[in-house]
Amino acid sequence: MNPFSSGTRLRDMIRAIRSCKTAAEERAVVRKECAAIRAAISENDQDYRHRNLAKLMFIHMLGYPTHFGQMECLKLIASSGFPEKRIGYLGLMLLLDERQEVLMLVTNSLKQDLNHSNQYIIGLALCALGNICSAEMARDLAPEVERLLQFRDPNIRKKAALCSIRIIKKVPDLAENFINPAASLLREKHHGVLITGIQLCTDLCKVSSEALEYFREKCTEGLVKTLKDMANSPYAPEYDIAGITDPFLHIRLLKLLRILGQGDADASDCMNDILAQVATKIESNKNAGNAILYECVGTIMSIEDNGGLRVLAINILGRFLSNRDNNIRYVALNMLMKAITVDAQAVQRHRATILECVKDSDASIRKKALDLVYLLVNESNVKPLTKELIEYLEASDQEFKGVLTAKICSLVEKFSPEKIWYIDQMLKVLSEAGNFVKDEVWHALIVVISNASDLHGYSVRALYRAFQTSAEQETLVRVAVWCIGEYGDMLVNNVGMLDIEEPITVSASLSIESSVAGSLLGSLSASLKIFVTESDAVDALEVSIKRHNSDLTTKAMALIALLKLSSRFPSCSERIKDIILQNKRSFVLELQQRSIEFNCILQKHQNIRSALVERMPVLDEATFSGRRAGSLPTSVSTSTGTARNLPNGIAKPAAAPVADLLDLSSDDAPAPSSSGGDFLQDLLGVDLSPASAPPGTSQPPKAGTDVLLDLLSIGTSPPAQSSSSASNILSSIQDDKASLANLNGLASLTSLSPNATSASPAPMMDLLDGFGPSPQRKEENGPAYPSLVAYESSTLRMTFNISKQPGNPQTTLIQAIFTNLSPNVYNDFLFQAAVPKFLQLHLDPASSNTLPASGNGSITQSMKVTNSQHGKKSLVMRIRIAYKINNKDVLEEGQVSNFPRDL
Amino acid sequence: MGIRFILMVNKQGQTRLAQYYEWLTLEEGRALEGEIVRKCLARNEQQCSFVEHRNYKIVYRRYASLFFLVGVDNDENELAILEFIHLLVETMDRHFGNVCELDIMFHLEKAHFMLEEMVMNGCIVETSKANILTPVQLLEKTS
Repeated sequence: MNPFSSGTRLRDMIRAIRSCKTAAEERAVVRKECAAIRAAISENDQDYRHRNLAKLMFIHMLGYPTHFGQMECLKLIASSGFPEKRIGYLGLMLLLDERQEVLMLVTNSLKQDLNHSNQYIIGLALCALGNICSAEMARDLAPEVERLLQFRDPNIRKKAALCSIRIIKKVPDLAENFINPAASLLREKHHGVLITGIQLCTDLCKVSSEALEYFREKCTEGLVKTLKDMANSPYAPEYDIAGITDPFLHIRLLKLLRILGQGDADASDCMNDILAQVATKIESNKNAGNAILYECVGTIMSIEDNGGLRVLAINILGRFLSNRDNNIRYVALNMLMKAITVDAQAVQRHRATILECVKDSDASIRKKALDLVYLLVNESNVKPLTKELIEYLEASDQEFKGVLTAKICSLVEKFSPEKIWYIDQMLKVLSEAGNFVKDEVWHALIVVISNASDLHGYSVRALYRAFQTSAEQETLVRVAVWCIGEYGDMLVNNVGMLDIEEPITVSASLSIESSVAGSLLGSLSASLKIFVTESDAVDALEVSIKRHNSDLTTKAMALIALLKLSSRFPSCSERIKDIILQNKRSFVLELQQRSIEFNCILQKHQNIRSALVERMPVLDEATFSGRRAGSLPTSVSTSTGTARNLPNGIAKPAAAPVADLLDLSSDDAPAPSSSGGDFLQDLLGVDLSPASAPPGTSQPPKAGTDVLLDLLSIGTSPPAQSSSSASNILSSIQDDKASLANLNGLASLTSLSPNATSASPAPMMDLLDGFGPSPQRKEENGPAYPSLVAYESSTLRMTFNISKQPGNPQTTLIQAIFTNLSPNVYNDFLFQAAVPKFLQLHLDPASSNTLPASGNGSITQSMKVTNSQHGKKSLVMRIRIAYKINNKDVLEEGQVSNFPRDL
Repeated sequence: MGIRFILMVNKQGQTRLAQYYEWLTLEEGRALEGEIVRKCLARNEQQCSFVEHRNYKIVYRRYASLFFLVGVDNDENELAILEFIHLLVETMDRHFGNVCELDIMFHLEKAHFMLEEMVMNGCIVETSKANILTPVQLLEKTS
């Protein structure tokens, strides 16, 4: 029997699948077929084995699992007939992979078939081996393949050559055995052997420098001659494509010559003539010819310099670039990208054409051209090129904007000649495509603005103007909101006007035509010279809070900005209070909490408010860029992990609480890195260091004050230039304690209690009104930790609630909670634990010894662990849990090593 | 290795033949096919035949209702792959006589055999149509 003559059932299946109207129907048909095939397999049905396998291949192609057919492949391969073997090997290549152990079983069959008397069977085995061979098989069967490289039939030799490639890739040690046979393949006339032989040599050169030297020495001339013969050969109907003999072989030859010529002047010299001949003689009106020219240009660009050839190659690329065929233009751009490292000057000459390609209607070409432009930019041409790109940003379609903005931002950042230019360009990008800008980019912009003290006024005014026209661009709004909060007074009073600036007027906010993206300096239709008032600035913030599509980060930033403005604009403070109060009813916990807290500050703490909302100290560029390079991607998980601690997040590194308060639960909110404060938290955190705390007011940290720390988001390590006394305290204290020290400054500032030392927690409490008693209760227990799942099996879960006694860092209180995950009741439940010598364990009695089924209740048991090496070693515990299910003993054991580190 | 996979997909996006030269699990393969098909089939005739996807470059060409998509490494000659697709179609044409989607569906093994004679382990083995088809025809005669 044979799969082709007995195709009816296979055809029936395909028809049945084709007639299916829905995916569900198709699944049903496939399920039925698979069931039938499984049955046939288990009955060891000989007659239909190949047909079943053919069906399985079809089913596999549709994307259904077919692993149960793997053994069938092996059986078919082991059978004697050619048709069976054929389909068996095909199945092997499609259904199996080199990582499966089943594959090892086939090694022996392969070995036999490689030595078979029928050359077609040898061919099958070689093909399968070439496609799926693993390193072990490569070692076992390499001698056979090596022998077959000299087989009498060229069709076997060519397959053996490709099989050898797989072998040397899997086991590079074997490469040297293949060097000589590969070199002799290069002298063949048969195209199949020649093309595969050349590929084998190419891959040998890649894995072995010895092979590269050998081929360079012995074969370069021969290869050049082969190429010459082929280029000049008469019409060969079997290999002719568009008047060229075997373009595939041409291309492979050129590829190998490239490797041989690279870094070797003699070899490069040797091939100069033929390359020139190919580059000039091949006709470029058909795809095949262009493919060769393209490869030839690549070779010329890679081999050692020959001025004349390079000019020829660049000219070909120029011709390609102006071709009307998009395929040709695409490859031209692709090659120019490689050429730029060799001859940047020549590529720059095509700059105009390349810029045109950025605006092409074809996405592939646009992207390639943009990549190329990106490489072309340098200090001298950054301004005109950026201008072009930004102009195009307005016209480009949505999906391309993301890539384009990323590139522009990166260019502007990299090559910006001056800060004002940088700020201008970024503003244009933000107002045009702010929604596509990544977080790091607008963070960086804020850092730059913060550092450019002479441009604060300019920036905030420009941002305010941009905000009027492009309020739908989220990131623009965020930067604007931040700047208005920080430098709102400069906006209103026009502080630090630059000569080039037009005074900002209200008419600017009314007339759309004075688009900021168009020209910041453009003359405004300034008939009314009314300056921005304080209430205009508050308007802007109110708009961004109330706009329905503002996201949480923006709204939260706007709230902070309002708080800051409340002290800068006393005339608006009532209005600001109203806006803040409106958010008290926000459904978003974050905003609600923030609004309540800020309201407290406004109402009850007038005396500290102005110190609280001081302008942020200059953000440190170096820290920020370092952080950006390092910890951004990994930090997200940290933030979600600690966020749960929010209301009483105390015993964390100093950086964490601040981030918590501002951690806006969205993934894109940057999170604390181990190095200290995070950008966003610097950004939003109120820094207390400039507060005029009298020196020497430090007092022992109290747990209660930490709540305030959380609440007010006190910046972590204030920059060195803050000259206040508070920073003196800070400098003497370790980083992670810095914020506590800050706080002490604050506590004394409040001066609500005459005896600051003893009563310091008390005045803080009123800040908490509005968020319930729970945090207060917790804080008396000392620092809190998130509860952790210490042990979990399919039947049982043990959760640890960890707490510390205040003033006793060595001792950890653990409350273990056991939950039954199975449907059976556990009786005689007994929990035992053991700890290493440096720990002391005290176990209290358990709340019960019966654990109800399916989590309908739990057992709790308290323990106390004292760590004699506190700070050096962390907790670890071995546990054993014994219980009975229906009077049958069950024992579970495990180790708990996921305790927080600082216990 | 130049070629990473060869796909034949009809214009509804259904896979008609898939041959991978590097191992992907069933799910990975399905996901990849879906992504590529969505990307390539949405493009129009005037746009170029190359699409970059993940770390592959997809070279594709449409013949009547059938798309031929070839995934290659980034340094592969795209124009040559385009020419190769044409050679593949011509070879199938010579065998089936004006090949169509159904020929490939109902003769999936034969299509695979032909492909095997042309590409092995991601490299081109043979470029002569006669040499490619000899073993396939021999097989038909013996059966």
